[in-house]
Amino acid sequence: MSTAVHADVNRRDFLMIATGAVAGVGAALVAWPFISQMNPDASVLALASIEVDLAPIAEGQAVTVKWRGNPLIIRHRSKADIDTAKAVKVSDLIDSASRNANVKGNADATDDNRVVGGKEQYLVMLGVCTHLGCVPQGDQGDFGVVTGNSTTGGWLCPCHGSQYDTAGRVRKGPAPENLPVPPYVYLTDTKIRVG
Amino acid sequence: MSGPSKYQPSSAVGKWFHERLPIVAFAKDHALDFPTPKNLNYWWTFGGILAVMLVVQILTGIVLVMHYTPQTDLAFNSVEHIMRDVNYGWLLRYMHMNGASMFFVAVYIHMFRGMYFGSYKAPREVLWMIGVIIYLIMMATAFMGYVLPWGQMSFWGAKVITNLFSAIPFVGDFVTTWLWGGYSVDNPTLNRFFSLHYLLPFVLAAIVFLHIWALHVVGNNNPTGINVKGPQDTLPFHPYYTMKDGFAIVVFLIVYGLFVFYGPNYMGDAVNYVPANPLVTPAHIKPEWYYLPFYAILRAVPDKLLGVIAMFSSILILLALPWLDTSRVRSGTYRPIFKGFFWVFVVVCIGLGFIGSKPPEGSYVLWGRILAFYYFFHFIVILPLLGLLETPKPLPASISDDVLAKQK
Ligand code: HEM
Ligand code: FES
Repeated sequence: MSTAVHADVNRRDFLMIATGAVAGVGAALVAWPFISQMNPDASVLALASIEVDLAPIAEGQAVTVKWRGNPLIIRHRSKADIDTAKAVKVSDLIDSASRNANVKGNADATDDNRVVGGKEQYLVMLGVCTHLGCVPQGDQGDFGVVTGNSTTGGWLCPCHGSQYDTAGRVRKGPAPENLPVPPYVYLTDTKIRVG
Repeated sequence: MSGPSKYQPSSAVGKWFHERLPIVAFAKDHALDFPTPKNLNYWWTFGGILAVMLVVQILTGIVLVMHYTPQTDLAFNSVEHIMRDVNYGWLLRYMHMNGASMFFVAVYIHMFRGMYFGSYKAPREVLWMIGVIIYLIMMATAFMGYVLPWGQMSFWGAKVITNLFSAIPFVGDFVTTWLWGGYSVDNPTLNRFFSLHYLLPFVLAAIVFLHIWALHVVGNNNPTGINVKGPQDTLPFHPYYTMKDGFAIVVFLIVYGLFVFYGPNYMGDAVNYVPANPLVTPAHIKPEWYYLPFYAILRAVPDKLLGVIAMFSSILILLALPWLDTSRVRSGTYRPIFKGFFWVFVVVCIGLGFIGSKPPEGSYVLWGRILAFYYFFHFIVILPLLGLLETPKPLPASISDDVLAKQK
């Protein structure tokens, strides 16, 4: 075999690889719209914020409103709720991160970091279990304020038994994280905007 | 298929056509003349039953779509409209709903058949693996179909199952948002599930074709597990097995009919007749019965990511089964110890299904863990060791010999 033939084969190889590479990049570019169309569309993104009036929520009561298709839990906590939450050491928590969109950095999951300062009585968080997304049921489980046979303030997920305390922090698995606190601001003394 | 085709076109038109597209010869070779071991028992009829059920699901599904509306505000009512207003709508929906369950009854029998008789061993590894892929796509199809009526179980089943992907490290949340098309299971999710639920059964049909192709390259296994040694061991598929399969299909359809007419909601969950409510999770959510063993394995592990990994592994491990079983004897009939472990495994799978249907409390948690552990132990420890330690019983000299010996 002459060297000329060899050179020819190498040229062919190069052309094949180059053509294949261009076709591959082209295929990837065309695939992107097909993948991207499944992400949230403009109308879903537009629904992203709501306002809630907290005044009607009595102490010890919780309300659930819909935000971005998910249940948002707002609980007016009693003093006992807050004291129980404050008594817990961060080192005893399963998840020591605050999971609060309104607190900067990797803040600890202290009770203060789960609420807005001066408004400790209002706990605002998503009712989406961080295990597989069920809605935890309020006033249940072992981590609320237990008086006799009744529990107030804790949450128990009916799906696989995760439990959350009076600050919405996970205390019993399989859920890995605390219930997330969404971004929200106080518009007036008793009115918040979420999102 | 061994040897040249026996098809001889009998007319001039037939010959003209055969020279251009030999499809008639193909059908005759593969559906009528195909040489089949002569000792197949009724456990071998479930392949045919599965093919019939796929056709039933496609036909009933296509007519349901003529009346169904894939929109969150309307979906539940459109299914009720099918049940109350559409002519024979109740029948078509119950056929489709119970058809899915019966489809899984058949596939589980078919798979345990393969496990008992060693049908996954050389040279049938690829055939077996295509089967596992069919099973995975069936599960995905039934899952998305179950979401369509948009009842409470539809919604919460969809939410929990799609949330499994949130366990993936780092990208989990992006993946779930992408799957949902929003921040939760909602209208975009229902729409895409509908699209895929319509598509996947046809993908299944194509893969079933590959499954049968692979089967016809290597030929059927049989209850003795030994190879076909010559024409004296086989019979043509038609009329011998068309009749046997036909009879089994009729019996199976009678059982299916009993469910459709006398217990249409027996295998379902009453909570799915409550319209979906994204703000309230039902007290006991559980998937359809055919997913329960895997659901039990998911819950047996207290860690989220590990639980999800355990659940997916429990299915994917089936792909490795041909290499985990080290015994060269195929049929469990000649493996006295394997036979015992096989039945223990069947009971463990049923036990896991039972645990999966119970709330995760008390002794159910402990039992779930023991059974889930045993499930993997069977594949990873028992099967590889058994092949090395067990002394099989003597095998018959041929399929023919075995059949004749049994007749004496
Ligand atoms: C592998 C085959 C299939 C399986 C296992 C399957 C499974 C299911 C299941 C479990 C449901 C929920 C039934 C209920 O609770 O009401 C369902 C619903 C539905 N399926 Fe399928 N399906 C299959 C094929 C198809 C096909 C081919 C179509 C359309 C061409 C289709 C269209 C529908 C529709 C419109 C519904 C909603 C109505 C209803 O809920 O009854 N399915 N499917
Ligand atoms: S979804 Fe809450 S524990 Fe699993």
